[in-house]
Amino acid sequence: MKRTLSKKWISTILVLMVAVLTLTACNTPAPAPTPDPTPAPAKLSGEIIIDGSSTVFPITEAIAEEFRKINPDVNISIGVSGTGGGFKKFTIGETDISNASRPIKESEAAIAEENKIDYVELKVAYDGLSVMVNKANDFVDTLTVEELNNIWKPDSTVVTWQDVRAEWPDEPIKLYAPGTDSGTFDYFTEEINGGTGVIRTDFTPSEDDNVLVQGIAGDKYSLGFFGYAYYIENTDKLKIVKIDAGEGAVEPTFETIKDGSYSPLSRPIFMYVTEEALAKEHVMAFVEYFLTDGTELVSEVGYVPLEEAIYTEELAKLK
Amino acid sequence: MRNNFDYNKRRQLVNKIAHILFAGASFVSILVLLILLSDLVLRGTKYINLEFFTNFPSRFASKSGILPAMVGSLWLVVLTAAISIPVSVAAAVYLEEYAMDNRFTRFIKINISNLAGVPSIVYGILGLSFFVRTLGLGRSILSGALTMSLLIMPIMIVASQEAIRMIPNSLREGSYALGASKWKTVKGIVVPGALPGIMTGIILAISRALGESAPLLLVGAFSFVSTLPKSPMDSFIVMPIQIYTWMSKPSADFKDVTAAAILVLMVLLLTLNMTAIVIRNKFHQTYE
Amino acid sequence: MILINKDKMKETKSELVVHSLLLAAAVLSVFITLGIILSLLLNTFSFFQEVSIFEFLTGKEWTPLFANPQYGVLPLITGTLTVTLVAAFIAIPLGLASAIFLSEYSPPSLRKILKPVLEILAGVPSIVYGYFALNLITPLLQKLIPGTEIYNAASAGIAMGIMIMPLVSSLSEDALSSVPLGMKHGGYALGATKLEVVKSISLPYAFSGIVSSFVLAISRAIGETMIVTVAAGARPTLTLNPLGSVQTLTAFIAQASQGDNAHGTTSYYALYAVGMLLFLITFSMNFYAHRIIQRKKEELVA
Repeated sequence: MKRTLSKKWISTILVLMVAVLTLTACNTPAPAPTPDPTPAPAKLSGEIIIDGSSTVFPITEAIAEEFRKINPDVNISIGVSGTGGGFKKFTIGETDISNASRPIKESEAAIAEENKIDYVELKVAYDGLSVMVNKANDFVDTLTVEELNNIWKPDSTVVTWQDVRAEWPDEPIKLYAPGTDSGTFDYFTEEINGGTGVIRTDFTPSEDDNVLVQGIAGDKYSLGFFGYAYYIENTDKLKIVKIDAGEGAVEPTFETIKDGSYSPLSRPIFMYVTEEALAKEHVMAFVEYFLTDGTELVSEVGYVPLEEAIYTEELAKLK
Repeated sequence: MRNNFDYNKRRQLVNKIAHILFAGASFVSILVLLILLSDLVLRGTKYINLEFFTNFPSRFASKSGILPAMVGSLWLVVLTAAISIPVSVAAAVYLEEYAMDNRFTRFIKINISNLAGVPSIVYGILGLSFFVRTLGLGRSILSGALTMSLLIMPIMIVASQEAIRMIPNSLREGSYALGASKWKTVKGIVVPGALPGIMTGIILAISRALGESAPLLLVGAFSFVSTLPKSPMDSFIVMPIQIYTWMSKPSADFKDVTAAAILVLMVLLLTLNMTAIVIRNKFHQTYE
Repeated sequence: MILINKDKMKETKSELVVHSLLLAAAVLSVFITLGIILSLLLNTFSFFQEVSIFEFLTGKEWTPLFANPQYGVLPLITGTLTVTLVAAFIAIPLGLASAIFLSEYSPPSLRKILKPVLEILAGVPSIVYGYFALNLITPLLQKLIPGTEIYNAASAGIAMGIMIMPLVSSLSEDALSSVPLGMKHGGYALGATKLEVVKSISLPYAFSGIVSSFVLAISRAIGETMIVTVAAGARPTLTLNPLGSVQTLTAFIAQASQGDNAHGTTSYYALYAVGMLLFLITFSMNFYAHRIIQRKKEELVA
């Protein structure tokens, strides 16, 4: 199909491109004096491949970003295949570090042993697995563990909010939850439904917690759960639900997560590193940075840092 | 009894209405494009500055940039072009110049046109099984480039075929008359003559590879990449995947960053397409 | 095609090498097809050793990644069907109407603007349409029709319809412009209005080309991944309700590949089985579309 292109079009496009370049120039702020970063040791270089939990991802991302400023030649790639997905790759030697929102399973550890992958388990923070509803939801304040179980168990008969409590609206609950490769998924189903993977199947799953946030934020009668950090980042769109485990309603906050009173959904989250990777200087430096300077970022991201003593303990594991 | 005059009037009216409806339908496309562009421009332009092009993605929207995505896309496109162009042009030359018109040739031609219609994600599955796993290339730029090559080769072959077909036989026969061999004729007369058309096809196929993301979901990209690739075996991220990653972040700021990235991608693609059209128009020759 | 008798030309050795290389390049395409079919077939075969074809094609629940996996593919099919129907509902009328306008009614000056616009629309990457669906169409739909979920089939379908409309338009326009002028002028000579000429002369003549364009566009919609992954949802639901979350065949493939299921498990093979199904559906549609054109060509020659 031939088409004659008038000069008019070519000039339109040229104008467009000039516009973009002008915008670029206009929007570039005057260079601000940057403070010197901490003086770098001998320049490290190399690659670190990380995969796993979407819950842990924000911490790893933040730390990788800061670490990069000191060691720009270290190439860090982070995937979010979910805790289970991450372990699948970790245990066959495809990744250096696996992020996990639950401890490694025996079956996964067995595969690692089979493939001669030795590793170190490191706790990195506490997370309060949070239950979320839409910001406009004005009737849900607290949910008991029993109610959660009723909603989420397989063969659940709960369809509308009214099925949970008679005074609630007769509107269908739209459910959002992490997918089956997610450690958050494993942990929630274990604690609330009594078994890993035990859950009804008609919810919208995603290993990417951001997708869940968008889902819940977009549906007035939605309900979902994921890591606390994703709530902190989106408080304008989400309403957090207090959980009553029999001792009264507890709202997840730094304090309640740290001292465990937010139960049963407080949990430690982990990072697993292969011994082979630790033997490399740049990986060791990254992990050490993670457990020392990096711990400041944990709370910035929305998780609860461990006690200082525990971090020291974890560091000792690296020797 | 129907009045003939009124009957004709009504026919004209119906035609007029249809005319307006048809025109309206065509203008829907302009409307949609305008809506999309204005949303992108309103949201995204505030993020388009020099830092946007030189920064890495960050958890902070204002500090995020598309540098690794652009470099990754560049790597992918160059590698894909290097792999797919020779093979595609060679295949087209064979089909148009050397192949005899038999069942086998027809089979190949049908096969190629069918390949052009295969969903891009199926190429992703092939790439995952064969390049990533069987050949053990892992989630590297090379795997991505090989997979993308498979995707765009049918398009390139068909476009090159058409370009070659436009060269009139008189030119070929003149060459033979001067004693040139077949290959010399192809090399010296046919391909140079068809070059503008072939280049147009190549550019359009490359712009398809630049914007395509589905196969790369399976074959490659990571959610966070911190340095630029240095070899074809490195992990990578490309523009469309970066857009996809940013799009899932619910914050309004990141939606704006996404819009900015889309704007950059579209300007890039538009430029490529314009180049293809300019080449097509400038070098097009009608043969008497 | 060369008119010179090839037998009379002896190929030198280097010529032969060149010939073989070029042949290899062309034959590569056959190997690609074989590669696709094989990689799909082998794993699909493994899948059907665990799950019966009957259960796959008629089962109503698709939960391959859960504890008690169900492998009925119908929800994915209805998901794809719902999105495709919405897309077709948009693309076919708009595309055909544009084609008619461009080939029959439009003054050349307008064509010069409209055709580039359509080409630009066709060149917009699918991820951008995904953005369009999630950020522009979904909020609008939620305002217009309360109760629309944030991830729904309609938004994806509308965006997809706009994406494939240029395809319908350009292919139909090609078909319409192949109508011999003589026939059309005959109609005008008899006093027909433009609409009548289009309705009774152009459309019937170009019918096969137009239908073929529909089929190709729908096949494209079925195979599209990014728009549905971003906007249509990830919840396989057996429904044709476009306002709710669904999951399409392509979105499942994208989702299953992210989690990277363990090799050798049935859920791993499920990815390939769905891929195979997708390939078969689009392949037969494309084949059918090309056959329509082929038969028309033969008809004309006869």
